Amino acid sequence: MHIAVENLTKRFGAVCANNRLTISFAAGQIHGVLGENGAGKSTLMKLLAGFIQPDEGRIVFDNTPRRLRGPGDALVAGVGMVHQEPLDIPAFTVLENLLCAAPPGVFRSRRAAQTALLELAERLGFPVDPAARLDQLTIGQRQQVEIMRLLLCGAQVLILDEPTTGITAAQARALFAALRQIAAEGRTVLFVSHKLEEVAELCHTVTVLRNGQVVPPGQLPMPQPQEYLLELMFGEAGAAPPIYRPLPVIDAPPVWELRNVTVRSGALQLVDLNHRFAAGRIIGLAGLDGSGQQVLLRLLAGQLAPDRGQVLVNGRDLTGAGSLAFRQAGVEYLPADRLHDGMIGALSLADHFALLQHGGLMVDRRRAEELARRAIADYQIKATPITPIAALSGGNQQRAMLALIPPNARGILAEQPARGLDVASARAIWGRLQARRDNGCCVIFSSPDLDEIMEYSDEVIVCFAGRIGPPIPRALLSASRLAELIGGVGFDALVDVAR
Amino acid sequence: MRTNRLKFAANVTRPLLALAAAFALTSLALLSTGVSPLEAYRLVLFGAFSTPVRLSDMIMLAAPLLLCAVGLSITFAGGLYNLGVEGQMIAGAIAAMVPLRLWPDWPPILLWVLAGLSGAAGGALWALLIGALRRYAGVSEIFAGLGMNFLASGLTFYMVLGPWRRQTSASLSGTDLLPRELWLPTLDRLRLAPAAPVIALIALAVVWWALTKTRWGLEVRAVGLNPAAAARLGVAADRRMAETLAACGALAGIAGMLQVVAVHHALISNISSGIGLLGLLVALLARADPRWLLPIAVAFASFTVGSIQLPLTLGIDSAIAGVLQGALVLFALVSRARRS
Repeated sequence: MHIAVENLTKRFGAVCANNRLTISFAAGQIHGVLGENGAGKSTLMKLLAGFIQPDEGRIVFDNTPRRLRGPGDALVAGVGMVHQEPLDIPAFTVLENLLCAAPPGVFRSRRAAQTALLELAERLGFPVDPAARLDQLTIGQRQQVEIMRLLLCGAQVLILDEPTTGITAAQARALFAALRQIAAEGRTVLFVSHKLEEVAELCHTVTVLRNGQVVPPGQLPMPQPQEYLLELMFGEAGAAPPIYRPLPVIDAPPVWELRNVTVRSGALQLVDLNHRFAAGRIIGLAGLDGSGQQVLLRLLAGQLAPDRGQVLVNGRDLTGAGSLAFRQAGVEYLPADRLHDGMIGALSLADHFALLQHGGLMVDRRRAEELARRAIADYQIKATPITPIAALSGGNQQRAMLALIPPNARGILAEQPARGLDVASARAIWGRLQARRDNGCCVIFSSPDLDEIMEYSDEVIVCFAGRIGPPIPRALLSASRLAELIGGVGFDALVDVAR
Repeated sequence: MRTNRLKFAANVTRPLLALAAAFALTSLALLSTGVSPLEAYRLVLFGAFSTPVRLSDMIMLAAPLLLCAVGLSITFAGGLYNLGVEGQMIAGAIAAMVPLRLWPDWPPILLWVLAGLSGAAGGALWALLIGALRRYAGVSEIFAGLGMNFLASGLTFYMVLGPWRRQTSASLSGTDLLPRELWLPTLDRLRLAPAAPVIALIALAVVWWALTKTRWGLEVRAVGLNPAAAARLGVAADRRMAETLAACGALAGIAGMLQVVAVHHALISNISSGIGLLGLLVALLARADPRWLLPIAVAFASFTVGSIQLPLTLGIDSAIAGVLQGALVLFALVSRARRS
């Protein structure tokens, strides 16, 4: 099936995730869709699969405009989407999962469904047991089941969102072979990925999204030079000469030390980490969403206990001690979503300072309000001590969160510290973090913004597909090299050199 | 200015509308039985204040009701729905019986104190079991609480028919009455034991103070509003949740103790009489705001006591008080949901 979108626009609040997109995908081919985080890939795919509805523009299947009211509607029209995290019913067997959401009339009987499933599995080279429960299967196997379910339910267009995350190399090979087979049978495959090598290996065409638009307008035939694609994805990065300061030699023991740590969160597993994070450094974690940065930050904050190995904070073994013990050891964690798990929206800044007071039966209101007033002056927060945090703007919330870091903090973990802030606020926040660094803190932050990583890091650690690279001094890194590493280009060589 | 006035108007009219809707629904129920609503309301609303006896009955109902509602305002502040309050009251009543039965000839004052402590401990323990189920087995406190209610009520039946059965013959109506000198002293010829409302009012004051003025109360409210953020700021969130449950259980346990020493003077199979769940309605309606707990508890207690005369004078069931109480809470919740 030939699918096309015309002037497709989708806004989330002030953000225009898809801005007048016009693009078409021919049948019988595998189409790669590339773009950095927030470029609008997922939004476009969800629009095509009916999960969300466009604000403007239209979707055209085989020259017929379609309005998709939901994913079921899209499947009847012939479009099925395989999500990064399987969207199935884990307590069901493979066969039950196939039957429960099938459009009416697709299968005549349980037996007919089973026969059709086994035939298709044979053709695609997926080993499958119809009676196995989904929660007993690996992510890769569940993905295979989902692909077969969509095809059996009549999908002519198959959308795969980051399908190789969390599956084994063998499963990835099997997946690629199956996708080639599916395309050869005349169906359309959309392959969303940030791994350039996979797109180069598999896809007939490529579409690059940047800031909600297709750059350059229209599809490109594959192959394309890697540098060109990187430039399209990330822009012409690294034009300005880097300004950096030489790293001082630090005698203090490392704030964090990881010894042979293996940790798992969801589908992602970080294996055999050995790192020392020195005091007096700002360390940027670069990588596409879900490459392991969040897992690493939560491990260092004590929110995730390692399956194996040791986590030391200031030389003390805190393996599995829990986030409260990490906090008492001087670790401060600043989450990206400030009101979700950062601060309590209904309480004021003074209330927050009161919460941080230690000992004593009563709240020392006067002292808490005094501290809040001082923080408001120091950090230029636009609020009164008794304004609820939820009533503050994003930038002021972020400053409040920084003001609440105890003075004796040794390590600060920040998830996207400048998320949603204007340039001036972001600069103010970074000034504060740099001051903390100069006082001997170790600041580790993750950011999807490469410019931010390049501008503020003393060292950069690249995360790629659940692997954590060695720290690279900022002075040795160019923006284009960073963009390559994030896409996995030369990542193996980097890890080998570090060994 | 204009929006402020509008907001003020909405704040006044919404509760009034909710009140009107509740009375409209109850009137419909009354009309369907062919009874004049005005006559019924006269009894339900004012019947409890018509004679000293009824007034004292109302106070003796309001006291445990207020204790439960005050306890629930703590768990609400901590973000928990403690539906197990009924079971905690029962556990408190059973625990209060233990010292009374073990050492009946000790001085009454000492025994009352012991019964109070034991009742509070029993209720707290029952509540902590819910906390443990939530923390270690991942069971929602709502379902754990309901399950524990059944368990507590089963335990009462067992005690009443088994180890503590009447000396003459086992009876569902309860254990033997306590010796007269162990009954909490009452006012002359009335069933009003002044200690009960005094304890409830003290509990209200202490809890109001603890929740609004102390560090502990601030931490509890922080956990109730956002446990993840509170934990990030260094609050021991799991511990605070357990403490709120224990505090609520202790107050419900004291309510159970009062039912034993001041109202029934025995352990009966229906010792809690639904007071815990009625307390849930009071706390819901007051939105756990301590200032509203007392008036609402008194109002609900007087509805219940006032409606007792309905079968005699109007020939309808007294359950109409429950309809009114339920409808009030329902429409109050609806009007709040519409606001937000």
